[in-house]
Amino acid sequence: MIVHAEPVMGTVVSFHLADDGASRALGDAVAWLHDVDERFSPYLPDSEVTRLADGRLAETDVDPDLREVLLLVDRASADSEGAFDARRWRADGRFDPSGLVKGWAVERAARQVAATTGDAFAIDAGGDVIVRTGPSRSAPWRIGIRHPDRPDRVAAVLQLGDGAVATSAAYERGAHIRDPRDGRVPSDVRSMTVVGPDLTWADTFATAAYVMGRDGLGWVAGHPGYDALAITWDDALIWTRGMDRYLLA
Amino acid sequence: MIPKRAIGALLSTVLGLVLLLSFKTPEASGIASSSRTNQAVVDQPVGGKSQSGTSTSQSGTSTSQSGSSGTSGGTSKTATGAQGTSGYADGTFTGQDVSMRYGDVQVQVTISGGAVTDVTALQLPNGDGHSSRISSIVEPMLRSEALQAQTASIDLISGATYTSGAYRQSLQSALDTAAG
Repeated sequence: MIVHAEPVMGTVVSFHLADDGASRALGDAVAWLHDVDERFSPYLPDSEVTRLADGRLAETDVDPDLREVLLLVDRASADSEGAFDARRWRADGRFDPSGLVKGWAVERAARQVAATTGDAFAIDAGGDVIVRTGPSRSAPWRIGIRHPDRPDRVAAVLQLGDGAVATSAAYERGAHIRDPRDGRVPSDVRSMTVVGPDLTWADTFATAAYVMGRDGLGWVAGHPGYDALAITWDDALIWTRGMDRYLLA
Repeated sequence: MIPKRAIGALLSTVLGLVLLLSFKTPEASGIASSSRTNQAVVDQPVGGKSQSGTSTSQSGTSTSQSGSSGTSGGTSKTATGAQGTSGYADGTFTGQDVSMRYGDVQVQVTISGGAVTDVTALQLPNGDGHSSRISSIVEPMLRSEALQAQTASIDLISGATYTSGAYRQSLQSALDTAAG
């Protein structure tokens, strides 16, 4: 197993790859993530996203990747009834698709790695995780869900062979998630973890469900293949029925 | 207000294998009133109750060592060159200094009998209140994780972001050095 940690997209993305074919898969994946970072960063003065937000680039003129992201962002917003809204969530109202781009980019990187290596791997993008089994590893991966404030503990352990896990919470970057509908900082749950087949949606659903609070659990479960687990302010875990199959302890 | 499909999902949700250690009726929510979500007390040592029989002494070790978060330094031993079954040489190894948005992170590992026995952060971001809060939360947690990695009980952590990544990176470089 090769482990590589790459600082990109404002976090560190670590790759756990089987040895065969790993270097080529790794090179391609890392190059893709940096490419996305440059084109989609709202912090770079001339990125495509910045030019779109400034009105220097028309929405009809964006490249196919950004067009896909725009479609996904709008779908997420409609689906969550505004609980996820890349066009409104920033305090200054600027368009910022970062909340969806990381999951989307890492999901696409994972598909590249799977196609190149045909083997087991794991990618951890700053706490958002994709895992796959394969010839070199048939056992499911064990993924700890970070405890919000007891640093020596995890709140739960999930067992997952193939899929994605994303967690939204306020504990590390402060109150970076606001409810786009009223600008308030969500306070119903401390963290929201979503498991499902695709990190684009696991990540986006975790953000939206965190904003929704307890109601978010049922909302996530309404999407086939996706389940959610929340940590409440009274230190309880609440999860959807389908989460049982992943919960190890 | 709650989409129909969510209600459908809720109705299909059945109380299954429930760790009903502390059931509290949540108030004022559509989910709660249907009471079909599962609930358990969150109080779980890292790797403590896994089904593969991770030893309790291991998690006990992790817990007791997590008290020294944010300490700097640590006794430095020279590598003996003796290889354990892990392929790591015994000794103390210092990872690379990794610069992140919130500051620098540098990790030191101690290998004994080929196993990771201690992980210490030599440097963590401390520039302002925000960063030091991050440090105090993240460092001990991943400390336990690194110790637990010997039992392979947890492969990854969901929910840790910026600083933890730098921690991982520095930790990995220390382990790479130990692996020679």
